[in-house]
Amino acid sequence: MYKYDSYDQAMVDARVEEFRDQARRRLEGKLTEDQFKPLRLMNGLYLQLHAYMLRVAVPYGTLDSRQMHALADIADKYDRGYGHFTTRQNIQYNWIKLEDAADILADLSKVEMHAIQTSGNCIRNISSDHFAGAAADEVVDPRPYAELLRQWSSFHPEFSYLPRKFKIAVIASEQDRAAMRLHDIGINIVQRNGELGAAFYVGGGMGRTPMIAPCINAFVPLDQFVTYAEACLRVYNRYGRRDNKYKARIKILVRELGAEEYTRQVEEEFALLLDQAIEPPLAELERIKGFFADPDFDRDAGDDIDRSDPDFALWVDRNTVAHKQAGYVSAVISLKPVGGIPGDATAGQMRLMADLAKRHSFDELRVMHTQNIVLPHVRKADLHTLWSALDDAGLGSPNLDTVEDIIACPGLDYCSLANARSIPVAQKISERFAKTGKTGTLGQLKLKISGCINACGHHHAGHIGILGVDRKGVENYQLSLGGSEAEDVSLAKITGPGFSEDGIVDAVETVTGVYERERTDGERFLDTYRRIGMAPFKEALYD
Amino acid sequence: MRLLTGNDLRTGAVTWWTGTDWSIHVGDAADVAGNEDEIARREEALRRVNVPYAIDAEMHEGHPRPSHIKDRVRALGPTVRPDLTLKPADPDIGNWVI
Amino acid sequence: MTDQTPPAEGRGPDTGRLIRYRDDEPVDHGAVTVDAFLDQSNASAVRVEPGDDARELIPHLERLALVEVNFPAFGDGRGYSSARILREAGYAGELRAVGDVLVDQLAYMRRCGFDAFDPDEHLDEHDVEAAFARWPEVYQPAADARTPIWAKRHG
Repeated sequence: MYKYDSYDQAMVDARVEEFRDQARRRLEGKLTEDQFKPLRLMNGLYLQLHAYMLRVAVPYGTLDSRQMHALADIADKYDRGYGHFTTRQNIQYNWIKLEDAADILADLSKVEMHAIQTSGNCIRNISSDHFAGAAADEVVDPRPYAELLRQWSSFHPEFSYLPRKFKIAVIASEQDRAAMRLHDIGINIVQRNGELGAAFYVGGGMGRTPMIAPCINAFVPLDQFVTYAEACLRVYNRYGRRDNKYKARIKILVRELGAEEYTRQVEEEFALLLDQAIEPPLAELERIKGFFADPDFDRDAGDDIDRSDPDFALWVDRNTVAHKQAGYVSAVISLKPVGGIPGDATAGQMRLMADLAKRHSFDELRVMHTQNIVLPHVRKADLHTLWSALDDAGLGSPNLDTVEDIIACPGLDYCSLANARSIPVAQKISERFAKTGKTGTLGQLKLKISGCINACGHHHAGHIGILGVDRKGVENYQLSLGGSEAEDVSLAKITGPGFSEDGIVDAVETVTGVYERERTDGERFLDTYRRIGMAPFKEALYD
Repeated sequence: MRLLTGNDLRTGAVTWWTGTDWSIHVGDAADVAGNEDEIARREEALRRVNVPYAIDAEMHEGHPRPSHIKDRVRALGPTVRPDLTLKPADPDIGNWVI
Repeated sequence: MTDQTPPAEGRGPDTGRLIRYRDDEPVDHGAVTVDAFLDQSNASAVRVEPGDDARELIPHLERLALVEVNFPAFGDGRGYSSARILREAGYAGELRAVGDVLVDQLAYMRRCGFDAFDPDEHLDEHDVEAAFARWPEVYQPAADARTPIWAKRHG
């Protein structure tokens, strides 16, 4: 994985001192809260429902055991012994003090981490495929491109006061594991006639007005793709709406101009920017690629797995994913224990995951946008040892991509924007299906819950989506069906009137009942929904 | 009744105006109806509170209880982590919030 | 606005808050709006508002000595693009950021080509000095002369 050189380190260190100075000026009253807010947000520091919340960047979701240990230490030293892994592949802490924030950033910088641009109206942490470098189907490892963009976007002088936040995802395979087309810019590294290039999808997003990004350029040469991104951003910075916060994302600009006109403006800007020589040389991309070379795989690793323990066999079937190297898998550590809080991990669990990564996965971990952790490169022969250690620590839930593997935003329990709680709904649903024993028979079923219209819980992209709303001071939950964040991307549709907290759990059970009744062999919930449409589900829910 | 609330600038802790000072316990909060803007302006200028604002509340068993669920969650702590709330030992506290 | 000059007129160079990194004499008359300038004015100073298209000035850069870019609110970042566009087009005169210009924006503004700053509120000298000295390196080329990190790595 990428290692800082003295330049990278100097930049992060300078940022820590800058923030220390800004926090001091705020505490001394030289900055008003209005002036300080964008500065603290650009360092990941929110003022949330109960306290300050700090969001730490995990660039493209990749970290090593030393970094995971540092995250655990921060949880113990400055927070309350846990952290929350997010749908943007980051981690956030819920109980931070402003007076500690600069010290935390300094601790992070010692392990080549930071909270730079994890919030605010700027280019956010770049996300990517959590199986990058391990997936059997990838054209190339997408992370070097994400790292190049990370550096380009860090402290970008022109794009730090954008109309609104800006999220970029980079993938490099047919399968989309990063919700690429639901980002402000989604980049897919593709191959054409033996050459690599970047396909740009611009103007996607979830939130209040969900949109699937159109492709605006199917092949930007790799020695121009940073310049192309610069052109995309400049058109947005100049013409994105600033009169209405809810219409300020790039998706609204692309929709209002039309993809064709937006593309024309980008191409015009791109032509001018090409003369400015702002593109890093390919040698820089090559330098970065060097950090993402394959680890020293055991070429003789066997494919045999002793499946005599049924609990272990179930975990292998559900939580491991095919690897490009024979004898290896990617193993998913579920942060979704039945009745637990999706994405939360204690400091102790973080340390265990770090140690297991060091022992069994070439010292590497990934944060998934589904709020789980991946050990990307595990020898099949080591799986039983790994699983035993995980299971002992409550990290062995065999439920990847099942109805128990719920994405849930922090909701009204933690978030000042939320209208309803998300976590208790997730807890009740996972408990219900664990009790009925249907988790396995329902197969792949992506259930996603947001506590408000901002959609941090990706409810628009859930096979089953749940949106919490405030109905005259009482929590109410809208159900939607048919969304997907994957390569078959689609936006979920609302079934009809909402439900109470207990009612929504029953409603989810009802729609899975329709699926069980109607499905044909091998059909996922999503496939059945797409085939039979909304009507049978509505009938079961409301008649 | 109206309560004035905000966060401690340094620690971020949720605080409530008691009439003379700021407390982390909503039970200590005073009715500020009519004076909220003036107190908020003064206290924020002194940096004794960050982003203060007033909310509606009613008296409940002798203490103020915010009218809206969001303010009650804010007053107490996350309902999914009773151990981290201000009243970790109270088994009935969930009923106060919801 | 802290002075009495109507916004459309811009303001003179001597409000006492001006921070300027140029050796030439400041322009001694107020800036006109982009519309007024394009309408055949003889002015050599123009004021660009966030909604103006800075590219409209490009055919006339020769006769401009001062471009003021107004920041009515510091969070509106359009002026950063306006500045860079003018420098990319070869504008070499004074580029002045005016309005809600805060100390924590100065370094980025400088990188986008501003070489003068006339903030609404007085800025603490030490804070200004610290802001300009903050970044030991830069990751990307912009409108200043700084060498990006990638160029140093492969120099």
